[in-house]
Amino acid sequence: MNDPTWLVPLPVVVPLFGAGLALALYRKPRAQRLISVIALTMVLIASATLLVLADGGPLVVDVGGWAAPVGIDLVADRLSALMLTISSAVTLAVLLYSLAEGEADGDEAAPVSIYHPTYLVLTAGVANAFLSGDLFNIYVGFEILLAASYVLLTLGGTGERIRAGSIYVVVALLSSVLFLIAIAMIYAATGTVNLAQLAVRLPEIDPGVRLVLQIMLLVAFGIKAAIFPLSAWLPDSYPTAPAPVTAVFAGLLTKVGVYAIIRTQTLLFPDGRADDVLMWAALATMLIGILGAVAQDDIKRLLSFTLVSHIGYMIFGIALSTTMGWTASIYYVAHHITVQTALFLVVGLIERRGGSTSLDRLGGLAKMAPVLAILFFIPAMNLSGIPPLSGFLGKVGLLQAGVAVGTPLAYTLVVGGVVTSLLTLYALVKAWNKAFWQTPPAELPDTRLPGGMIGPTAALVGLGLALTIAGGPLYAYTERAAIALQERSPYIDAVLPDGERGAGESADAVSDQTPEDLEPTEQAEVRP
Amino acid sequence: MIDMSPNIVLVVVIGVLFTVGVYLLLERSLSRVLIGVILIGNGANLLFLIAGGAAGAPPIVGDAPVSEMSDPLPQAMVLTAIVITLGMTAFLLAMAYRSWQLHRHDEVQDDVEDRRIARLAAIDEHAFTDRDTEDAGETLDDEAAETRDETDEVLRGAEPAPSPGGPGPDDASGDAGPADPEERP
Repeated sequence: MNDPTWLVPLPVVVPLFGAGLALALYRKPRAQRLISVIALTMVLIASATLLVLADGGPLVVDVGGWAAPVGIDLVADRLSALMLTISSAVTLAVLLYSLAEGEADGDEAAPVSIYHPTYLVLTAGVANAFLSGDLFNIYVGFEILLAASYVLLTLGGTGERIRAGSIYVVVALLSSVLFLIAIAMIYAATGTVNLAQLAVRLPEIDPGVRLVLQIMLLVAFGIKAAIFPLSAWLPDSYPTAPAPVTAVFAGLLTKVGVYAIIRTQTLLFPDGRADDVLMWAALATMLIGILGAVAQDDIKRLLSFTLVSHIGYMIFGIALSTTMGWTASIYYVAHHITVQTALFLVVGLIERRGGSTSLDRLGGLAKMAPVLAILFFIPAMNLSGIPPLSGFLGKVGLLQAGVAVGTPLAYTLVVGGVVTSLLTLYALVKAWNKAFWQTPPAELPDTRLPGGMIGPTAALVGLGLALTIAGGPLYAYTERAAIALQERSPYIDAVLPDGERGAGESADAVSDQTPEDLEPTEQAEVRP
Repeated sequence: MIDMSPNIVLVVVIGVLFTVGVYLLLERSLSRVLIGVILIGNGANLLFLIAGGAAGAPPIVGDAPVSEMSDPLPQAMVLTAIVITLGMTAFLLAMAYRSWQLHRHDEVQDDVEDRRIARLAAIDEHAFTDRDTEDAGETLDDEAAETRDETDEVLRGAEPAPSPGGPGPDDASGDAGPADPEERP
């Protein structure tokens, strides 16, 4: 037990086992709930431990004992561990919220027996995508989480959800196929799909081919992350799902795409040839997303558009290709996961209390539900970047990084970022005024909000505040993560200690053979 | 060393599969989209086969010289991809069937919410009454008639506007979307 690497697969394995168990116990909703809570709590503990351990260097597991480029490896470095910790905290909070909702509505309201296993599979897929050190395994992780998300999005199969679901599923399938094609081409060009080995081999292939591969990966991940020209599917599909599902989708799924972009851009394509394109895409994402939000009159749709818009900030940080930019970007991802999920949960509460999410029908909530007002106000201000909250810290970091780069394009994005921030404030304050302060157009239903739903929401809002209070240490942590990304060698050395093979079975098999066995290397030279 | 140059027939087949697949993806009917997804998926699988080079001896150590073995890794990946595509195909089929159950067709529908917002913008109208920014010139009744007018010809003039009081019955349970024209009586 001295070697802590046994912790690394837990965030993937535990929810998968939990899902199987929950599916087997589909007749016992109580047992299912217990299993889900226990599984996700274990994941949270394991991820938090990894967060601490990974600060000492990446933890690598060669799955099944097969050495890295031959077998699949899981890598928990600072970036993965941070994403994992935040996402498991968020998924646990959302699970508790949905449990309380099920309690309040009665089990007939939602098909719990399907919800729990699917939800666990979703978290396993997210964890797999974060931890994987192998491009094809990232694809598998994406497919796991997407398949689960299809089910969650169309839960109940109402007309509206089928409409939203068909758009979502077709777009997601298209991006998956693009990703698959990119993997096939990468394998054809380099003879490997292991990220560490790709980091070594990709610089050796023809620059033109490399650019094509980079763009293909960017397009595939760009659809998942909802970057502007590829973002139209998101506001159409997310708002129709049940509130907890929308919350977890908004918090996690797009961020998995952003994570994949960070990982591939930093590790595989460090020369940053797509940076200018990414910058323009980031600017367009920010501005067009937020203009969409301003036009909406439904809070769920408004928030979906702010979600798209704020993805632009993260892409901006990535495209700067400096340690400062990546630091701020990673911090911003952590901040945005918590705050966006918290906001969607609050909107779920608003829908319960006010009977609608349309600003047309809401009003006067501040007087009727003061707690709800506080719960909405804090993350709303956090999202729009009011000091001293974490959104402000992240945005200032991004702006500083942009100014430090100092090109005209970077300055344009700095201005765009400030404008977007102000427009976010405008959109949210508009919703705040209408829903919480003005007299409602019609009498609102008189219901009470269950404490079990307020608790997890408050916990997430609190987590957002904690990111502010712990801003210094966390920012230092993301900076160390960004420096490691910039160096690239910590990751590669951890996976391939001797530059050829990871620690595991096939190391011996190789030494017995003649160099002929290293066919992939020769393929790489033959191809271009 | 096995032959690594791609087989031209396979390349042409992949090209055809992708072309036809993309064409079908652009259709509105879900079952055609489904066939498109399957075709593109198969194209990607063939691409993997090409990436592995020409077929060689079975990759079992001791059976053949190492240099004549075919590369097993792309085939393993193709198997995984086939299984995944199978699952997704089943889900898409189920969804197309559900859509047919509900609407008697399986066409992907437009997002009415977007169109409503766009129509409001076209007539330069506020999306909702906000006392901070306007004096509401018209009654809520009028506005509701304006904004909820999703089925253009049928409703216009034929029926009285829905009353502004009391949200729709589907909103109470919290699991219906903001606008649900199909289920609204």
